[in-house]
Amino acid sequence: MGAQLHGTQTFDKAKRAEIKFSEEAMKTVQTIISHYPEGKQKSALLPVLHVAQAEFNGWLSPEVMDYVASILKIKPIEVFEVASFYTMYNLKPVGKCVLEVCQTSSCWLNGAEDIVKYIEKKLNIKVGETSSDGMFTLKVAECLGSCGTAPMLQCGASYHENLTYEKVDKILADYKQEGKLRSYTDLDYKNTL
Amino acid sequence: MGKKLLIHNDKVHGIETLEVYRRHGGYASVEKALKTMTPDQVTDEVKKSGLRGRGGAGFPTGMKWSFLAKPEGVPRYLVCNADESEPGTFKDRYLMEKIPHALIEGMITSSYALGAKASYIYIRGEYFYVARIVENAIREAYAAGLLGQNILGTNFSHDCYVQVGGGAYICGEETALLESLEGKRGNPRIKPPFPAVAGLWGCPTVVNNVETIAAVCPIVMMGGEEYAKIGIGKSTGTKLISASGHINKPGVYEIELGIPVEEFIYSEEYCGGIRNGKKMKAVVAGGSSVPILPTELILKTAKGEPRLMTYESLADGGFQTGTMLGSGGFIVMDEDTSIVKNLFTFTRFYHHESCGQCSPCREGTGWMEKILKKFLNGTAEEKDVELLWDIQSKIEGKTICPLGEAAAWPVAAAIRHFKHEFLEIARSKKFVDVSHYDRLNLIRR
Repeated sequence: MGAQLHGTQTFDKAKRAEIKFSEEAMKTVQTIISHYPEGKQKSALLPVLHVAQAEFNGWLSPEVMDYVASILKIKPIEVFEVASFYTMYNLKPVGKCVLEVCQTSSCWLNGAEDIVKYIEKKLNIKVGETSSDGMFTLKVAECLGSCGTAPMLQCGASYHENLTYEKVDKILADYKQEGKLRSYTDLDYKNTL
Repeated sequence: MGKKLLIHNDKVHGIETLEVYRRHGGYASVEKALKTMTPDQVTDEVKKSGLRGRGGAGFPTGMKWSFLAKPEGVPRYLVCNADESEPGTFKDRYLMEKIPHALIEGMITSSYALGAKASYIYIRGEYFYVARIVENAIREAYAAGLLGQNILGTNFSHDCYVQVGGGAYICGEETALLESLEGKRGNPRIKPPFPAVAGLWGCPTVVNNVETIAAVCPIVMMGGEEYAKIGIGKSTGTKLISASGHINKPGVYEIELGIPVEEFIYSEEYCGGIRNGKKMKAVVAGGSSVPILPTELILKTAKGEPRLMTYESLADGGFQTGTMLGSGGFIVMDEDTSIVKNLFTFTRFYHHESCGQCSPCREGTGWMEKILKKFLNGTAEEKDVELLWDIQSKIEGKTICPLGEAAAWPVAAAIRHFKHEFLEIARSKKFVDVSHYDRLNLIRR
C-alpha cells in the first residue's frame, strides 16, 4: 500500500508491525475462511473486515487493511477498493459509539430530521463529527430496513426503533455509562422490533 | 382472515428454535422432498405453483430454476438474496428474525431441487444481529442432521453458510451480490452470461429472495396446483407486504394476492387506516423505485375498477396511471406530506447508492438530487421541472443494471402526478414543510 493512501491517512511501518488479531478473533476469521472453497478465500473479505473493525478501534487504518490483505493472501489494494466502496467501513477514526440515523422516506415521514437535530444539539456536534469526549460519532444512513418502526437509529449491532427524544436520551446515557466500543459484531445487540 | 403460509406462526413463543419450529410442522418439506420426490418433481411443483420472485422483479421462480446449467463435474450454487435494502421494505428481516428456520428449510428443499451442494445466504451488513439469528438456526439444523452429510439418512448432502455484506443497496442486484460474495466491490456484471450459466465463482448459480425461498416449503407440502388456487391469474399465493408511513398499524402483513388495495389500507386486519384522522394523499406501493400514485389512482384504476394487490392490477394503465407490486414496500403518505421532499429523500438515496459504473446513473442521480435541493431551499425555477424530467428520461434504459430505472421512475411519477406541487414551490420561491404533527409524535409516544 502506498505511503499516501486516502487524504490524511499514511502508512506507518512500525504501527503495522504491532497489528495482530487476538486469538479469539483469529479463530473467527479462520471459520469464515472455511466457508469458501479452496482458493476462494478472498470471498471472506467483507466479513473479515467487520471483525477487523471491531478489533482495532472501530475503523480500518491503512495498516489494518494491509494486515487483512496478508491474511487473505490478496493485494492491499483489493482490500482498500472494497473498504472504500461499502458504507459500513470507517476509513478514519470514529467515536466508540457510531450513531447512524436513518433518513430515507419512511423515517423522514416520521421525523428523522428532528431526531438528527436533537442529537446534534445534545452532543454539540454536526453530522459526520465526533463528540469531544470521543464517545459518539453521528452519521446519517440510507434506509436500514426499519420503515415500520420509524424513526430509528443503529449503533453497532443494535437497532433502536420507534425513537422519541426520551428514548434518545436513554440510549446516549446508557452507552456513555458503559463507555465501551460498540461494533456490528457485538453479541449483546438490542432490537425493539 | 386471509390464508397465511409464511408467517402464520410468527407469534408462537420460541418459534425461532428448531424444537418449537418442528413441533409446528417445520422441516416437513425437507422430509417430503428428500424422501419421496425427485429433484425435478420439486422443480415441477414450483413451476405449477406460479410462484414469482418476491424480491421485486416478479420473474417466475420455476422458470428461473429450469435455466440452471448442469454441466458434469461443476458445482452449482443456490444463493439467497437477503440484502433487503429497497426503501420501504423490511419483510425479509421480519421473516428471518422471527422464523429463521423457515428460510433454512426452504434453502435445503430448494438446494435439493437444484442439485446444489452448497448455498450462501447473503445478508445486508446492517442486519448483523439478524445474521446471528440465522446462524444459530443453521447450527441447530446441522446438529439435528438437517444439514451436512446424508441429510435425514438420504444421499443428499448440503452445506449452508451466511455471509454479511458491507452496506450497499446495489448488492441487492443479483450480479452485484455475487461480486460482493466473491469479496469485491458491488459492481453489477454485464448480462449475459446470466448467473444460471456463470454465477458465483463462474459456476451455475440461482439467486432467489428470502421470501421466495421460504415459499417453496408450503408449495412442496400443499402441491403447486393447490398453491396456485390462492390469488388471481398470474399472481398466485401469498405475499408479505411491509407497510409503513402515516398509517395506524405499520408492520409486516401476509396477504393473499388479490385483496383490494382499499381493504389493505383501511381494514383493521391490516394497516388500520390513516393516522391522526388525516386523509391519504399518495402511496408508493412496491418500494421506493416504483411510481408513486395519488389516492384516486391507487384505490381505483383509470378505468374505474377497484385496484387489487396483484402484479397485474397494480400495473394496470402502465406507468401513465399505474405502478408495480415490486418488493411489497408499501409507503402511505397523508395529506400534509410534501411529495417533493419525499422524492428528495429517494433521489438522495439513489445518488448515494449508485455504484458509479455507468455515467448516466452516477452523474444523473447527483444532478437530480441537486435540482431537488433547489426546490427545498426555495431557489428553484419553473424550468427546473422540465430539466428534472429531461434528466430522468436520459437515465432509464441506459445503464448496466436496473438502478438507473429505479432512480428515474420515482422522479418521473412525482412530476407526472404532482407537477403542481413543484410549480407552486418554484413560483412562490419558498418551501414549507407542513407535516407538523410528526414532531409532536416524537415527544408524545
